[in-house]
Amino acid sequence: MIPVCPTTALPPGEATRVEADEPIAVFNVDGEFFAIDDTCTHQDASLADGWLDGCAIECPLHASCFDLRTGKVSGPPAKTPVRTHRVVVQDGTIYVQPGVAADGAA
Amino acid sequence: MSPTVAVVGASLAGLSTARALRDRSYDGRIVVIGDEVHLPYDRPPLSKDFLAGTASLEDIALGTPDDEDLGLEWRLGTTAIGLDHLGRSVLLSDGSGIRADGVVLATGARARRLPGSEGLDGVHVLRSLDDAITLRQELTAAERLVVIGAGFIGAEVASTARGLGLEVTVVETQPVPLAGPLGAAMGAVCAELHADHGTRLLTGTGVAGLVGSGRVEAVELTDGTLLPADVVVVGVGAAPNVEWLAGSGVALGNGVLTDARGATNIPGVVAVGDCAATWSAAADRHVRTEHWTNALEQPATAVAALLGAGEPVPPPVPYFWSDQYGARIQFAGLRREGDVARVVEGSCADRSFLVVYERDGHPVAVLGMNQPRLFTRWRRQLRSAVAAAS
Ligand SMILES: Cc1cc2nc3c(=O)[nH]c(=O)nc-3n(C[C@H](O)[C@H](O)[C@H](O)COP(=O)(O)OP(=O)(O)OC[C@H]3O[C@@H](n4cnc5c(N)ncnc54)[C@H](O)[C@@H]3O)c2cc1C
Ligand code: FES
Repeated sequence: MIPVCPTTALPPGEATRVEADEPIAVFNVDGEFFAIDDTCTHQDASLADGWLDGCAIECPLHASCFDLRTGKVSGPPAKTPVRTHRVVVQDGTIYVQPGVAADGAA
Repeated sequence: MSPTVAVVGASLAGLSTARALRDRSYDGRIVVIGDEVHLPYDRPPLSKDFLAGTASLEDIALGTPDDEDLGLEWRLGTTAIGLDHLGRSVLLSDGSGIRADGVVLATGARARRLPGSEGLDGVHVLRSLDDAITLRQELTAAERLVVIGAGFIGAEVASTARGLGLEVTVVETQPVPLAGPLGAAMGAVCAELHADHGTRLLTGTGVAGLVGSGRVEAVELTDGTLLPADVVVVGVGAAPNVEWLAGSGVALGNGVLTDARGATNIPGVVAVGDCAATWSAAADRHVRTEHWTNALEQPATAVAALLGAGEPVPPPVPYFWSDQYGARIQFAGLRREGDVARVVEGSCADRSFLVVYERDGHPVAVLGMNQPRLFTRWRRQLRSAVAAAS
């Protein structure tokens, strides 16, 4: 598990990026945490820099939308989904488990 | 017979129109006519990753798996040569015609050429996939590139060619590149990227002509200077593809003239994307916007107009980006001459900054270099401010 930050450092509506083999973006949606691949599948942009609207993240470059819960594309131009990663909160710290999808599938 | 909408132009605006029609539950026929043989592809990578060889044809295809459900009838490799507005039919180069209840004009723009460059090998413009494939082949075998015009496409080609190891000179007639879109001060800052990366930029210099017989050998400047060149790229802007509409009754200016929603003077005919000169209340004139996001978003409004849905038009906040020498430049808003540019984050010297353009103390536009997160917030803020003001 990769430590991200204390829960208090990621208030609702905010996002942060953690370095892993592939960088991961972690979001706080009204107190619930989500993690997906940080790099947009369209071209090269960091989704942590994007615009969060409910459970959708809009890419800062060409506005592709991804669903944080599933990683699926909810708006083009992106054609392929991003991977989701499991988030664990322990003792006030957020961790991500890269390679383990949010729904538990490895 | 089921109703038919004919979309002329099979690129970003055309495809976005087809998607918007289905989004609005239009279930008639959609015929998409395109003079290129290719299915819609993305143009911005043509001067960037595709030209560099790091993006493939598949990467730049615009179609998504969902698009297969749109049920489009493609007429590719076919040019529309006329519009009979009374009979509402689009005349095609193969002699056939398509009768339609609605016609969408999405024929985009083409690169302007340099007079006297015809028939000279090694001189290129960059607009289409075929242009990019030929240019890429030539760049891999060349040593010296001269780019005429330091606009966005010229700057991006220069940047990509430097990355491929070429010696690059950019020639610009204006004293400051990009002064039109960004203002002189910020245009100058962005143009410094050339020198940072070893590209020679000559400004305030006109081109007298091209030298060479059969193949280009040099570019001659108005002051007599000869710039030796293996390859020349002409990046001097684009002209709307509207000549085919002459005599059709569709009002033309610098593009197809439309109201704010995209409707032309002919009922049932709308225009979108790079070919459309859309009425802008903010600018108090027709404005032809040559940006990707406009071609993506404008069709939703035009389709609503075509289908007779009388809803208000959200005033647009134009947005474009450019990637040069690894720097990401993003701009949003409606800048006018006289607006004051203020750095609110970072510094120009660090090539990482956010600049807000103000008019009477209010933000009207924003420019970011390597500041995507902050830029996104400002762009949103501008959109809400514009929506609230209208
Ligand atoms: C090299 C390059 C780089 C770019 N980079 C950026 C960027 O970084 N950021 C940005 O915001 N924008 C960028 N743009 C601009 C962006 O690509 C355009 O705004 C966008 O492609 C416009 O889409 P469109 O569908 O309106 O027109 P187009 O993409 O021009 O498509 C029009 C289509 O219609 C076809 N056509 C024309 N006449 C006829 C006819 N009579 N019959 C049938 N078909 C016809 C054309 O061949 C073409 O396929 C770039 C453009 C180029 C060329
Ligand atoms: S890079 Fe994300 S939409 Fe293009």
